[in-house]
Amino acid sequence: MSFIMPLNLDPKFDDPDGFYNELIRMHDDLSESKSREVNARLILLLANHIGDRAVLSEAMRIAREPLDHQTRFDSL
Amino acid sequence: MSYEYPEFEYQRSPDQDAASPVRHPVVIAGVGPVGLTLAIDLALKQVPVVLLEALNTISDGSRAICFAKRTLEVCERLGMGRRLLDKGVTWKTGKVFFGDDPVFEFDLLPEDGHQFPAFINLQQYYMELYGIDRALELEEFIDLRWSNELQGIDPGADGARLTVGTPEGSYQLDCDWLIAADGARSFCRKTLGLEFEGRTFDDQFLIADIKTKADLPPVRRFWFAPTFTDAASALLHMQPDDVWRLDFQIGPEADAEEEMRTDNVMRRVRGMLGAEIDPELEWISVYRFQSRRIRDFRHERVLFVGDSAHQVSPFGARGANSGIQDAENLAWKLQLVLKELAPETLLDSYNAERSYAADENIRHSTQSTDFIAPKSAVSLAFRNAVLSLAKDHKFARPLINSGRLSTPTIHRESSLNTADGESWFGKLLPGAPAVDAPVQTQDGEGWLLDLLKGEFTLLYFTDTSVPETLQQDFRRLHENTIPVQPLVLGLNSGIAEIRVFDSQGFVAQRYDAQVGTTYLLRPDQHVTARWKRFDLGVIRDALNTATCN
Repeated sequence: MSFIMPLNLDPKFDDPDGFYNELIRMHDDLSESKSREVNARLILLLANHIGDRAVLSEAMRIAREPLDHQTRFDSL
Repeated sequence: MSYEYPEFEYQRSPDQDAASPVRHPVVIAGVGPVGLTLAIDLALKQVPVVLLEALNTISDGSRAICFAKRTLEVCERLGMGRRLLDKGVTWKTGKVFFGDDPVFEFDLLPEDGHQFPAFINLQQYYMELYGIDRALELEEFIDLRWSNELQGIDPGADGARLTVGTPEGSYQLDCDWLIAADGARSFCRKTLGLEFEGRTFDDQFLIADIKTKADLPPVRRFWFAPTFTDAASALLHMQPDDVWRLDFQIGPEADAEEEMRTDNVMRRVRGMLGAEIDPELEWISVYRFQSRRIRDFRHERVLFVGDSAHQVSPFGARGANSGIQDAENLAWKLQLVLKELAPETLLDSYNAERSYAADENIRHSTQSTDFIAPKSAVSLAFRNAVLSLAKDHKFARPLINSGRLSTPTIHRESSLNTADGESWFGKLLPGAPAVDAPVQTQDGEGWLLDLLKGEFTLLYFTDTSVPETLQQDFRRLHENTIPVQPLVLGLNSGIAEIRVFDSQGFVAQRYDAQVGTTYLLRPDQHVTARWKRFDLGVIRDALNTATCN
């Protein structure tokens, strides 16, 4: 079924802790709203780099999924 | 309590009645796991050691409880690894929860062919007690002085004069080398005015060691945002004697006194393990932690080992385990310097190698802390994003950090190494500790590391008998001023006069070994050089490099 799952969800980092640390350090000394700004720019940069709308659509769906899931439970 | 603390009797030393201070080659301050390891290692190398301990007993509470594979291997070389293994709880899997949801499970040692498991859990007092037992067996070389408190250090270029307080008053003694193994609140460090450099953290953690029968497997469990108690994280570990380590992250503002009250502790314990549980409380403690080290582990003739030199967060069990590695790194270097077979600069390599290790441990433990106790809203958001994705999407799992558990540091940049001149497969590198593997010996099934007994060793792989010329070279190495013990390993069985062979193929695989492959291993079992063929000249060069000669 890989043709309808274009998003690669396998781990790809050799050094996951190094990546995560750099991501968190990027926000050092920023206020919450400044952090949101930085994150938004980061997403746009990465999205353009990926360039494939199908991949991006899949990523957007998965990113929302836990909340959509939660909302279903909340409304029960 | 499940454990009776022994008391060790103060005994008057002849040094206290000497007309002038008696000189000893090595004095170690502090009878903790690290000081004991170093003392035993030195004693096995026939270096006499005076061990000073301010108290007349061992540490209270379980304290360090996770001892890593490398620690067990070091302790086995010192004659106590199996005893630790037999008493400890062996574990290698960990489960991570987000709220009540299991999101991830890891296996720390997924391959066969190792004598020791990835980890055992064992209360620190057992580690110390077994170390003391071993030290007493070596009393020809170890002079263990209880209720002897180091109170003054007068350091000099060729040693130090020490003032030691006892129940019968103070006395002085001299040493060529003083080893500060006196822990996080090190008197040696303070009195020499050495500052820690690094970070301290505000978050408080409540430890409850409890004794109860609980029908749970020996799995490390870690909860992010647990629902059963108001803590930001929680940890559960099994220890021997039906003792369990519970650890709760209670935040920077929590009232430590209030948290340590029995009813409050019990509420958290029952939240985790069930309302019906009725444990004895063994040890309750609230702590904050630091990630920091002193800049130089050597100050003229004073050498710092373990917590006196570096501190890390407890996530990853990198405190005691790295201290044990400090001790094994220092022991052989100190021996060679004392015997005047190597210059004092060899001890600067102790500082270089182990401060590099401390930085690695601090980096890992700090990154774990950022994940476990995020310090900003955005950091918390990323952390929770990782956890919420990890259950369904495996890319997120390697980003989960509930503590990166201690593995030995590879001293890949050490000046003692001889760089590879050929290409090698596998994870083993110059600067890495030798990897264990099963071997067949005359006495039956055995382990490779058990054959590396604290001297330089030349590991030579062959599929035929060793020709006379090569045997002569082996003898030359053996009779060298710094002896190198040859260990010939047969790649297959049935070779005349080869007493050890690679019965299951693990050695050849882990050492990328073919006929002629030659490894030079340090007394602390670390690889210092390797070649595809034997050459006495380059081996001697590598030995000189490894000893600063």
